Amino acid sequence: MTSLVGSRVERKEDKKFLTGKGRYTSDINLVHQTYACFVRSPHARAKIVKIDIEKALKAPGVVKVFTGDDIAKEKIGGLIAGWKIVSQDGKDMKVPDHPPLAKSSVNYVGDHVAVVIAETLENAKNAADLVNVSYKAMKAIVDPGESMDSDEIYEGIEQNLCFDFVLGDKGKTDDAFSSADKVIELDLRNNRLIPNAMEPRACIGDYNSSTDDLTLYTTSQNPHLSRLVLSAFGGIHPEHKFRVVAPDVGGGFGSKIYAYAEDAVVAWASKKIERPIKWVAERSESFLSDCHGRDHITNVKLALDKDNKITGLKVNTIANIGAYASLFSTVTPTYLYAPLILGVYDIPTAFCNVKAVFTNTAPVDAYRGAGRPEATYLIERIISKAAKEVGMDQAEFRKNNFINKFPHQQCLVHNIDSGDYRAHLDKALEISDYKNFKNRKSESATKGKLRGIGFSTYLEACGIAPSAVVMSIGAGVGLWESAEVRFNATGNVSVFTGAHSHGQGHATTFAQIVGDKLGVAIENIDVIHGDTDKGPFGMGTYGSRSLAVGGSAIAKACDKIIEKGKKVAAHMLEGKAEDVDFKEGDFILKNSNKKKTIGEIAFACYLPGQYGEVKSPLPEGIEPGLKETSFYDPVNFSFPAGTHICEVEVDQDSGETKVVKYTAVDDFGTIINPMIVEGQVHGGLAQGIGQALYENSHYDKSGQLTTASYMDYTMPRADNFPHFKIDYTTTPATSNPLGSKGCGEAGAIAAPPAVMNAVIDAIETEVSMPATAEKVWKKIKEKHSKKEAA
Amino acid sequence: MVTTNIKVNGKKISKEISDNTLLSDFLRDTLALTGTHVGCDTSQCGACTVHLNGNSIKSCTILVADCDGSEITTIEGLATNGKMHPMQEAFKKNHGLQCGFCTPGMVMSAVDLLQKNKNPNEKEIRDWLEGNICRCTGYQNIVAAVKDASTKM
Repeated sequence: MTSLVGSRVERKEDKKFLTGKGRYTSDINLVHQTYACFVRSPHARAKIVKIDIEKALKAPGVVKVFTGDDIAKEKIGGLIAGWKIVSQDGKDMKVPDHPPLAKSSVNYVGDHVAVVIAETLENAKNAADLVNVSYKAMKAIVDPGESMDSDEIYEGIEQNLCFDFVLGDKGKTDDAFSSADKVIELDLRNNRLIPNAMEPRACIGDYNSSTDDLTLYTTSQNPHLSRLVLSAFGGIHPEHKFRVVAPDVGGGFGSKIYAYAEDAVVAWASKKIERPIKWVAERSESFLSDCHGRDHITNVKLALDKDNKITGLKVNTIANIGAYASLFSTVTPTYLYAPLILGVYDIPTAFCNVKAVFTNTAPVDAYRGAGRPEATYLIERIISKAAKEVGMDQAEFRKNNFINKFPHQQCLVHNIDSGDYRAHLDKALEISDYKNFKNRKSESATKGKLRGIGFSTYLEACGIAPSAVVMSIGAGVGLWESAEVRFNATGNVSVFTGAHSHGQGHATTFAQIVGDKLGVAIENIDVIHGDTDKGPFGMGTYGSRSLAVGGSAIAKACDKIIEKGKKVAAHMLEGKAEDVDFKEGDFILKNSNKKKTIGEIAFACYLPGQYGEVKSPLPEGIEPGLKETSFYDPVNFSFPAGTHICEVEVDQDSGETKVVKYTAVDDFGTIINPMIVEGQVHGGLAQGIGQALYENSHYDKSGQLTTASYMDYTMPRADNFPHFKIDYTTTPATSNPLGSKGCGEAGAIAAPPAVMNAVIDAIETEVSMPATAEKVWKKIKEKHSKKEAA
Repeated sequence: MVTTNIKVNGKKISKEISDNTLLSDFLRDTLALTGTHVGCDTSQCGACTVHLNGNSIKSCTILVADCDGSEITTIEGLATNGKMHPMQEAFKKNHGLQCGFCTPGMVMSAVDLLQKNKNPNEKEIRDWLEGNICRCTGYQNIVAAVKDASTKM
């Protein structure tokens, strides 16, 4: 039997999407359904003086209008931040209330003020225009760099500071810098991005008063988590009477992790009006109210000794939290960021300070990579700068400082179990034809183009989040995953997972694992996810965790199935369980020709009387049925790493930068489906290159989002990219039974510094992300005029 | 209200429609052809691409009333007798889709490209697909799928 694991199996889920039969939330319509339209704040910061809903209530088709007062009266809780961060003075982080509908103030453009529910969408939109809100506008605080010196947005949150987090040994790091041979320094801005999943967010609340059942259909990456948040903290409905369904979801990239205000309001309001309520975001609403990503201001310093070995690293970051602390917003710039600043280098001491500040902008939270792209950007940019300043080759400088022995306990948090950084660097040098770069540079010059090359040797910590590790550094919650593997009596298999697929191809990858484990044909395995009424509680999909954590849970459940199967087979074959081997779907009694297929065992487990035998095929003490559950909490993070090498050409006259060559060699540990993994890398690269060259979320001084459509926010298109060259090296993870490390975020993490290092190499001057044509052109001009002046 | 006579996926349809109804809404809400997706408000993303008299158009930017007498093909009308169109097959074989949301528009746009240019090179494919945004795939496997389909259509 050929192994499914490692094979390019075509995706089981494709046909429905290709024939237009996918079922996304916005495709669902319920009987007697109403439509919601949210009244949003036009101001970045204002007090609400009065909300007059009288006119709206009288408008055609209007069923109901709710405001923040209505929600407050029912004691519906606000949206929460999932992780408490403790500041360096020992005090807990400070967060403002985040009511689903604003109570007395609005704090970003797009903040939720009221909801109009009507018979048709048109009715709802027209009536929303008639809700008359009187505001007392205030001066908005937009720039995270100025936030701490501005007046308080929220009473009691001094300096608009959410937390002042530190990690590392300050004294030891200060010493390393005072005895350093050279110190390299960089000021960086990690630009603010908007995730832009192609499917806009949507939700439908559906309450049945006769049974007290509430169902929420929503575009979620983790329906169980949404139910928990809305139930335990929102108090919207008891968890056992609350079903959350995330059907086909059109991309997430982090932005669909969180239960949003719209989810809470639509679910709650459907109880009030006892009719289904549907809301679908327009793209402009997605821009305004989806959580944004990144937005760091960072100063980084690197200490070197005389042999160009790194002796210390210092990082000071201001992280923009936005107007409210969203679910993962506090863990992203801390536990997912600070430990990763060390990259793949053997650095004896480091210190990181993160000041997280509130501003009058949309909440900022996890976006593909979440903390790790920001960390990788600073370390890979300063490593490249250091190599240039000391006159060393980029590859050689890196090799000179790589971690070479595993396991490796880093000076901050992580214990890296496996890796081979030289292997992927050498392979990338080969594939990218590094040795002939100079010839290509000269060739480009003959066309009037500046050519540059950039490296990124990155490290991730994925498979979030092993409880033991995250709790040891102060995080209150670990993130395990669940699986149930259920044989049906006829021998086919239903696999329930707490992970959620919104493009990742779990229906295929997970079926490959189960197929190999149990010896069942892949067409007889169905993977079920996205419905709290079906599978066990699960944590969902983000942080490149689905395979390493969720896939491992599935593998563990399969092991339990085999264990039980052996006992049943032994009884049926009249042997001992320890004498039964399981291979490719057969239970075989050692030293005999007696065997039972796993299908026969499943049948016997469910229908023990069917053989007409007097004796039951089930041994004494063994329950009927064949299904097993596993809740898997890994012992450690997994640590994907790799080398990306980017070449760009810059047009001196227009400033336009084009990525002309891109090589990625990644170590993801064991790969289940190389075809799917390649797709994940390509997609990540597009977002990473997008961050470096095109994408930027921009607020003007008054807090208006000036990039709130696809005509203003530059989404990468097909003609922005070259053909990516992708390859792998493999050192299996030792922290999970599959040996997999995770691949979903690598491209978005590795690409920004690779591209920016290439741009800076080409134009020989610093430039910030995104390196748009205008910015690069100005930098080239500046450089020329400086030269001329000199 | 206007009476509009159109053919959708080979089926004649005559309906009274308010004159401000967009084709995308009509397909999704009236005909329940939800394979045509709406991903933006500004005619940029291309998820709503269908064929109007054989040419790809963005159905979010045309009124049904303006389609009177026309023939529309949506993603649901591409397969014949349950067999996927070679472009759909090529997307599957080359992993040209992930979340599937942009896919119907992407496929409809790609089919039109091959109608107009039987054997496009990589640059021509990338240029043509400029009006269809995909956030998942990085486009590489979509380009591969279109190339692959060009050898089979």
